[in-house]
Amino acid sequence: MQKNPHKATDFQPLTKNKELDVISRPSVSFWKDAWRRLLKNKLAMAGLIIIALLTFLAIFGPLYGSYDHRTTDLENKNLAPSFESQHLFGTDDLGRDMYQRIWYGMRISLFIGLSAALIDLTIGVIYGSISAFSSRTTDNVMMRFADILSSIPYLLVVILLMVVLGDSVNSIVRIIIALSITGWIPMARIVRGQILQLKEQEFVLAARALGANTKRLIFKHLIPNAMGPIIVTITLTIPSAIFAEAFLSFLGIGVEPPAASLGSMANDGLSAMRYFPWRMLFPALFISLIMFACNVLGDGLRDALDPKMRK
Amino acid sequence: MAKYILQRVVMIFISLFIIVSATFFMMKAIPGDPLTSERSVSEEIEQQLRAYYGLDEPLFIQYVKYLKSVATWDFGPSMKYKAQTVNDIINDGFPVSALLGLEALFLAIGMGIILGVIAAMFHNKVPDYISMILAVIGMSVPNFLLAALFQYYFSLKLGILPTAGWGDSFEQTILPAFALAALPTAVIARLTRSNMLEVLQQDYMKTAKAKGLSRLVSTFKHALRNALLPVITYLGPLIAGVVTGGFVVEKIFGIPGLGMQFVTSINNRDYPLIMGTTVFYSIILLVMVLIVDLLYGVIDPRIKVSGKGKGGE
Amino acid sequence: MGKLLEVNDLEVSFKVHGGEVKAVRGVKFHVNKGETIGIVGESGCGKSVTAQTIMRLIPQPPARIKNGSIMFNGEDLLKKTEREMQKVRGKEIGMIFQDPMTSLNPTMTVGAQIMEPLIKHQNLSRKEATKRAVEMLDLVGMPNPEKRIKQYPHQFSGGMRQRAMIAIALACDPSLLIADEPTTALDVTIQAQILNVMKDLQKRLNTSIIMITHDLGVVAEVCDRVVVMYAGKVVEEGTVQEIFKNPQHPYTKGLLKSVPSLDQDKDKPLVPIYGTPPDLFSPPPGCAFCDRCDYAMNICNKQDADKYHVSDTQYARCWLLDPVAQEVRSK
Repeated sequence: MQKNPHKATDFQPLTKNKELDVISRPSVSFWKDAWRRLLKNKLAMAGLIIIALLTFLAIFGPLYGSYDHRTTDLENKNLAPSFESQHLFGTDDLGRDMYQRIWYGMRISLFIGLSAALIDLTIGVIYGSISAFSSRTTDNVMMRFADILSSIPYLLVVILLMVVLGDSVNSIVRIIIALSITGWIPMARIVRGQILQLKEQEFVLAARALGANTKRLIFKHLIPNAMGPIIVTITLTIPSAIFAEAFLSFLGIGVEPPAASLGSMANDGLSAMRYFPWRMLFPALFISLIMFACNVLGDGLRDALDPKMRK
Repeated sequence: MAKYILQRVVMIFISLFIIVSATFFMMKAIPGDPLTSERSVSEEIEQQLRAYYGLDEPLFIQYVKYLKSVATWDFGPSMKYKAQTVNDIINDGFPVSALLGLEALFLAIGMGIILGVIAAMFHNKVPDYISMILAVIGMSVPNFLLAALFQYYFSLKLGILPTAGWGDSFEQTILPAFALAALPTAVIARLTRSNMLEVLQQDYMKTAKAKGLSRLVSTFKHALRNALLPVITYLGPLIAGVVTGGFVVEKIFGIPGLGMQFVTSINNRDYPLIMGTTVFYSIILLVMVLIVDLLYGVIDPRIKVSGKGKGGE
Repeated sequence: MGKLLEVNDLEVSFKVHGGEVKAVRGVKFHVNKGETIGIVGESGCGKSVTAQTIMRLIPQPPARIKNGSIMFNGEDLLKKTEREMQKVRGKEIGMIFQDPMTSLNPTMTVGAQIMEPLIKHQNLSRKEATKRAVEMLDLVGMPNPEKRIKQYPHQFSGGMRQRAMIAIALACDPSLLIADEPTTALDVTIQAQILNVMKDLQKRLNTSIIMITHDLGVVAEVCDRVVVMYAGKVVEEGTVQEIFKNPQHPYTKGLLKSVPSLDQDKDKPLVPIYGTPPDLFSPPPGCAFCDRCDYAMNICNKQDADKYHVSDTQYARCWLLDPVAQEVRSK
């Protein structure tokens, strides 16, 4: 059976170096790990780059060319896009430079998106944590209230509010208020859910047993743990706010002239679409681009921050 | 089960009460009288008009009256269309919107499920990437822009489909329905995909395979059913999305639905009509969510039988 | 007794990021008609992969069957097409899985799930299949089978679900049943019931069984022969008596010592096997158990042991059985 009989020395007891339980994977912090996973997600990175690029252009884009977004020039109205005239995206029916107006509109869209997200975050975190930390009855009432508010279709509430607020405030402020009136609800639900879940968990109990006070608990344990879902929600609030703004402006009850957003420009362009399609296409393209970028980044963040995805 | 339905119905009524009250007081809070825009009317006629719309009574009486009339399904007269009541406008507009909405919803469910299943079956392969990028695009391009783009390419440029209108031919409904379906299609596709991926990992899929079932049979008979159950819960909010999305799409394609009436009523500041349609939409949404939840209970055996005693050893 | 199944030099790897994990590294064993063999080993030793490879249920990719043959009734299962395999699965070979809570489809009635293979493989009408499903449930000891077939899995307890799984696996009267840890997820009392059902059915239907488990108690209860696997290889094989009374491989000995038994002196501690199995991403050149073995010798690190037969039915892969080693040790 054996082809090569072995020597006796082969059968001397083996001296072993005891290095048995070595941790095979270096410990990486949660955020580093999430960041590494986000970097690997090509679509999310594309989103991040598009957002950075559009933000950069919204700020510095207007430096190109010799026009501004306000000056009308009726001799040069409805010009097609061209390099020679420096009207990269053409002009509108009042001869205003579309290139300038797009970046100006982009600023307003981004501003509205970010403000709405920030307000949602503030109200949501406050409401959600109060609800989670109060008595069962108060919590129940607060959540029922949120349920009822959210049972009205989002856009309907927003439209109603836009009508009610009327001309009493600046149109951009009006939009932000209208968007925030029910926009905070998902955030409040998430914050409340996270807190309730964390309150139950062993490590919070352990931290309490070790004598950590409430403040420390909130800053060292609750916030870092709830951060993931909150970041994802914010990222996904921005495109929905941008969408809602465009929707309102498209309906003609959003941003009012002389201010212009991408949505109102698309609305202006709609009637002239047959002959001057660029007036509709460029605003539409940039609304879609910014929403696409926010959506894929939000998806990527959700995947990256989900601890279950950790390999 | 009956107790559950009763609870839900009570909740719906409470929600509706709050919604009706809120819209009422919000409308009343608007500075200026709706009738101030009426030009060239004498004092006397204005008084008569005020009496006709009940605007001369104290706010609380107006409120109680409005509550009463809403409870009897009467949303009052329209301010712009003198000959019509809000009820007439809803009765005319809603069937049109509902038809368009249903068409869009069927499209969305069909396309969404197909895209989602394809993506899951070819996980991390080219068909998966294509479906998912399509889905993100569907989520990112606002439906009113999509409607406008469709109109530009398919009607104005290619001339293969009618630009606008309603009620003359089926072709007229194609573009608005697709524009309206884009977002729900994307949502359903993504949900179906992620649920399918989860279900395909389940042990019972291995059991199905161990029985000698082919991949196709096990996917469609065992996986799809389980994967689609959670999708059903999202149908309620999706219907709301289709309905509200209809506002602008109807406007772009000149479809005489309730959405277009709503948009016009906003621009006309026709308050009874705004209030009426808001309440009507809320009712539709609340009832839809309830129906969807009940439907879920019927389809998922785990929910249907809970409450009855469990069998076992 | 003829050989029903013969697994030869089976090698299965999983492609992972940056290389492959060699999960099964040259496994060889056979199953005779009507006998029960146990495959024993720790989690990750490749026993489940082996079982799923026999059914060709492992997902390819990431898995890859690199070598070997699986002769079943004289035909190599590895050479069959997917379509041909579908005629083997459920009909010739049935399989039961570990967790009865998750291995039944929650949205189909139990009856429909038992009928499925019957309709597929035996072309029974729905009526005949229903009748047979009732018979099967009765056979696995389920009370009220007529009522039970209309119920959904969530209305069943764990033990009842596992009975239903056995009914599904045996519905078409297969000649081989692969049971992948069928009792691990169950309560001890239920475990005994399930084992009894399996033993009883085996006698009646003359089915061969491959019982995959890490529970030596289960092996002693139902098996005729035992295959001990470690790090993707068979380290010892023998009849139940041989393995329990006269284990040869230090790993088998370790396994036996780490199991509590009633007649054991209660002051005598249980002896665990220290350490963890090797990383199969880069398996050691020598014996995989070397690092954890108290009797390791110089050669163990360099070269894997040959098979040393102790009897006609028992062999072990261990250098300790080499005549030279025994000479050195006796000094």
